[in-house]
Amino acid sequence: MNAVIQLDKVEKTYHTGEVDVRAVRGVSLTIQPGEFVAIMGASGSGKSTLMNIIGCLDRTTAGRYQLDGVDVSGLNRDELADIRNQKIGFVFQGFNLLARTAAVENVELPMLYRRNNLSSRERRDHAMGALEIVGLSDRSGHFPSQLSGGQQQRVAVARALVNKPALLLADEPTGNLDTQTSIEIMGVFQKLNDSGITIIMVTHELDIAHYTKRTVVLRDGLIVSDTPVTNRLHAGNELSRLKTEQKAVQLD
Amino acid sequence: MRLFATLRLALRALRRNKLRTVLTMLGIIIGVGSVITAVSITTGATKQVEDRVASLGQNVVTVFSGSFTGGGMRGGWGSAPTLTIEDAEAIKNGVANVVAVSPEVRDRMQVQANGLNWRPGVTGEGPDYPQIRSWGIASGSMFTEQDVRSVAKVCVIGKTVVDQLFLDGDPVGQTLRVRDIPFKVVGVFESKGFNLFGQDQDDVVVMPYTSHMRRVSRATFVGSILIQASSASAITGVQRDINELLLSRRRSREPDFTVRTQLELAQTATATSRIMSVLLAAIASVSLIVGGIGIMNIMLVSVTERTREIGIRMAVGARGTDILVQFLIEAVTLSALGGLIGIALGFTASKIIASTMGWPTLTPIWWVVVASASSAIVGVVSGFYPAWKASNLDPIEALRYE
Ligand SMILES: Nc1ncnc2c1ncn2[C@@H]1O[C@H](COP(=O)(O)OP(=O)(O)O)[C@@H](O)[C@H]1O
Ligand SMILES: [Mg+2]
Repeated sequence: MNAVIQLDKVEKTYHTGEVDVRAVRGVSLTIQPGEFVAIMGASGSGKSTLMNIIGCLDRTTAGRYQLDGVDVSGLNRDELADIRNQKIGFVFQGFNLLARTAAVENVELPMLYRRNNLSSRERRDHAMGALEIVGLSDRSGHFPSQLSGGQQQRVAVARALVNKPALLLADEPTGNLDTQTSIEIMGVFQKLNDSGITIIMVTHELDIAHYTKRTVVLRDGLIVSDTPVTNRLHAGNELSRLKTEQKAVQLD
Repeated sequence: MRLFATLRLALRALRRNKLRTVLTMLGIIIGVGSVITAVSITTGATKQVEDRVASLGQNVVTVFSGSFTGGGMRGGWGSAPTLTIEDAEAIKNGVANVVAVSPEVRDRMQVQANGLNWRPGVTGEGPDYPQIRSWGIASGSMFTEQDVRSVAKVCVIGKTVVDQLFLDGDPVGQTLRVRDIPFKVVGVFESKGFNLFGQDQDDVVVMPYTSHMRRVSRATFVGSILIQASSASAITGVQRDINELLLSRRRSREPDFTVRTQLELAQTATATSRIMSVLLAAIASVSLIVGGIGIMNIMLVSVTERTREIGIRMAVGARGTDILVQFLIEAVTLSALGGLIGIALGFTASKIIASTMGWPTLTPIWWVVVASASSAIVGVVSGFYPAWKASNLDPIEALRYE
């Protein structure tokens, strides 16, 4: 099977002012279809930089990056935009939804930029389908400001899914969420992963990483460990356990 | 990205900042609106002048007493009379392609009829006068060559004079006194309205020029001579020949007369409106440029404000051109909408002016087309730089923008 992601001594150096910041210093990483990878590390270790490169939002300064067998380094702006549109779904820590725009219209956004156009009817249907997957079809008309953080992040996940990408990238998707909502989002991710989507997720929370299948740890722009998750958590179980605990607290 | 979806997006973005949108469009609205208003007024005025020039008659060449230099005039028309009946006869007999000649003596004096007083223009003309002026006789008939020769006390009167002096019934056959001399009304002119200079052409008593000169005004010269050329193409030749003929009849090489064609009269009369049109075009361009600067300014602000939105769109796969088109359409919508509102306002204003001030206004369709097209172009030109700037943003930096 072809690897989805193949990074070969990838480097990223920011030239700001007098000092060069070497955010990523030669990362080699291969990710197969169907994997669910957590990228961990301290703040400033280069996680976001690496994710942006994987997400074709940013370019490498050295090394080779192959996505689905295509060398991305040689592509121009438009080609990168098309890859982001068709192959990648991106979920951000800060949700990044369009304000004063209904949830369903936020989800439709990637479809507006497809090269093969869909009718507005098809766009609406696809968007509603994606909202259904994240369990938010009853809030399709709400503006982001009318939704909770967890709901906003679900909308963002639906948006990331709507063009049926092979790869879902998430940079600290639970960073702004409370424990229960975080587990709910992990539930959505596990469900998506079970249906075959490859997921790479940045997190600095160890317990969140336990919902994935593989953990890659970065330090100062280098991979220091790459291990499979042994005692994997299941979001469904954790959620019901959490609820029982909450009930117990209330009963006391 | 689909054009329709982009247009909806632009309209939504503009609706979100209603006040700002309106303020931004104001430059274009005022510019286009005032230009359409002013153009409607000048076009209406020009049209009126043209109608009046046409009402002068068919292929008419006029000889005036006195000399005109260039476009301006020295003295008044016919102020220093130097033309004679003999000049008129010489023209009639000696110039080719002349079909009719009428010596003209103009005056304004008190007339009476039915115990009523009125002060119309009292004019002496030849019998061909109605033919030259393409002016029909409504009732009765024009006086004849015989009347001219016999210095007859007959006249043909205009509609206004009828309205003022002959309140009951047909004036034909009735008597009208000019300087206490009774003149028999033999005919009534059809109504002709106002002339080139805003005078009521129907406020007139026309009599044989001989009667006018010998009985009424005691004039020895005629003020002007009306000549009808056989065709439009003959006019220039007739004008030149008359000039030469009249010069040869005079000792002085300095002409004491002026030969004007209808076209030249029209040009003199419309010169002001043409200058106005040029001025208007200048105002229009300035206001469109100012409006365009306003749009560019607001679009730059908008791009900055929406940097994050641009980043999000790019992150989900918008190409640079998608962003470019989005902002360009927004700018064009802004300016085109302003243009349309301006056109509507200008049109309404000119209608109001027409009804309240009684000015004839006319909104030419091609000015409407030009106004819409230029405001759209202003949108493209002023929106391009901000849109280009937006399309060249780096997705990561745009997403990080606070
Ligand atoms: N645009 C940038 N310009 C300069 N330095 C940057 C930029 N983005 C990130 N960095 C630096 O690169 C390093 C890695 O940053 P980042 O990838 O955001 O870390 P993480 O997401 O792991 O917290 C940090 O030292 C950060 O300061
Ligand atoms: Mg980060």
